[in-house]
Amino acid sequence: MSDKAPILALRGVNKSFGPIDVLHDINIEVRAGEVLCLLGDNGAGKSTLIKLMSGVHQPTSGKIEMDGAVVALPTPRAASEKGIATVHQFGGTFPLMSIGRSFFVGVEPTKGWGPFKVYDRKTANEIAVKAVQDFGITRIDDGDRLVGGLSGGERQSLAIARAVHFGARVLILDEPTAALGVKQAAHVLRIVNEAKRRGLAVIFITHQVMHAMAVGDHFAVLIRGAIAADFKKGERTREEITDLMAGGETMAGLEASIEGYMADHAGHPPPAV
Amino acid sequence: MTTKPTAGITLRHLASRPEAGSFVGMIAVYVFFALMGGANFIGAPGISSVLNMSSEVGIIALSVGLLMIAGQLDMSVGSVVPASSLTVSLLAVDFGVPDILAILGGLAVGLAIGFVNGVLVSRTRIPSLIITIGTMFGVMGLTLGLTILIHGSTGVFLVPGDAAKAVFGQLIRNMFQVSILWWAVFVAVIYGLLHVSPLGNWIFALGGDKESARNAGIPTGKLTIGLYMLSGFSAAFVGVSQVMTFNAAQVAAGQTFIFNSIMCVVIGGVLLTGGAGSVLGIVLGTLTFCIVNQGIFFSGLDPNYGSIIIGALLLIAVMTNDKFRAMALALSAGRRS
Repeated sequence: MSDKAPILALRGVNKSFGPIDVLHDINIEVRAGEVLCLLGDNGAGKSTLIKLMSGVHQPTSGKIEMDGAVVALPTPRAASEKGIATVHQFGGTFPLMSIGRSFFVGVEPTKGWGPFKVYDRKTANEIAVKAVQDFGITRIDDGDRLVGGLSGGERQSLAIARAVHFGARVLILDEPTAALGVKQAAHVLRIVNEAKRRGLAVIFITHQVMHAMAVGDHFAVLIRGAIAADFKKGERTREEITDLMAGGETMAGLEASIEGYMADHAGHPPPAV
Repeated sequence: MTTKPTAGITLRHLASRPEAGSFVGMIAVYVFFALMGGANFIGAPGISSVLNMSSEVGIIALSVGLLMIAGQLDMSVGSVVPASSLTVSLLAVDFGVPDILAILGGLAVGLAIGFVNGVLVSRTRIPSLIITIGTMFGVMGLTLGLTILIHGSTGVFLVPGDAAKAVFGQLIRNMFQVSILWWAVFVAVIYGLLHVSPLGNWIFALGGDKESARNAGIPTGKLTIGLYMLSGFSAAFVGVSQVMTFNAAQVAAGQTFIFNSIMCVVIGGVLLTGGAGSVLGIVLGTLTFCIVNQGIFFSGLDPNYGSIIIGALLLIAVMTNDKFRAMALALSAGRRS
């Protein structure tokens, strides 16, 4: 990778909810123009990790750094103001609102003055449609269409285009392809590549190895709240990753070694390999 | 947004408007009761009774509708109406306060109850249905207790001054309540709020997905409190208008507004779970509901069975609205280049 400072980095982050430890000693970083794939089975702590990065939860200990400086992300608003945008599985959009309206929700363009400020539907629609088309989704050409009428892939693309339009630098994609068919997923992966080309740092959460391999530069496998494997593109074959993910021999071996390590080290998990 | 300069008005475009179902329904019930009710229903007596009823329930339905679009309910309107009208009459009769101040007092009661509702709904996780039923009973009890304490009976007669009577309670041509004009004002203001101002977008977003709305930076708590205050204000306004029209305030009045306002809103195509609806739809729903309500009376049907018709109307309206909403979504999905 490059020697630039990572845009977003987690240093030794732990998170527990009361007596339950959810994340142990997480160290990850992502640079501009790089896609970090976060792989892991259900319950591995992926969603808690996302919530730490998007300002929903606070780490119990450890630091979150942006551009090398420690930052606090007390609210989702604070995270998005710092340029961290999270797109959830279903796009986090409003099915019964028009494309233009949901694109600009919370930051509506207006015309007129004082108490007579009017929602500027035409401008909103034009900007929204252009932003989505710039990402290669040319089928969206009418900002008055309802979001509910879009396909799952188009909704994801709309949400990603929205995040980029409003100045996101770090894009967290939470299982964007999980609910999609093959064609729709390919659609979203193209959008991810486009975001990467534009210099965004992308954190791509998935459990589909094929999708991760297609876009990822850097991979981290999360098992039981700890980073069990951390490697770059080309360092592992697809079979090896699949094996890790699918809980085959390697997975079982890793788990046993983690548990052994934890037993020997007062419950602390091993550092990332 | 009623106009679409790019698409033009086509039949398909009309069918994709969510209000189309409400409009067809209104025409259908009007024709039905016009045939049943005869000349009186088609003439001024019928029109005035429909409009008088529409204006009162309609003013409340508009702001209850906004709340429902934002995903919340308000049952307390039923006790805000008498609380407001009794505040006005007790202030004017028992305390000798000038009309204008008594009226402001009545409206302030509505705003205050709305504020309490809004704070409770936005600060707790209790469903708004339960919270506003709670405040409804609380306000009902306070109104009854204080009225008896101050006035010694459950009703207060009031002779309003000429100005107050003219503004809030006169009968135009001895038949049409001036509240019909106020209804028009409320329609214009709330249309602007929901469909023209950027605030409307926040209301749709709040009802569509509260979490996403908050993440997008919308002050959901303040917006909720504001909408409840608007609904309290509207109910209080109807209370003022009633006491000025009938020169009397009754503790027991107002309960019918709770379900009637919700029915007008639902017949008008507002989605019960929030996120969709329109002012035009609510107005059409209100008219439909009042046409049926008054039509039963004019057509000489046994009023004992009238509620059956209203119940059926509600169910049919919800089913057709769902159908039209599905059509609108399907058309939206199908419109591809």
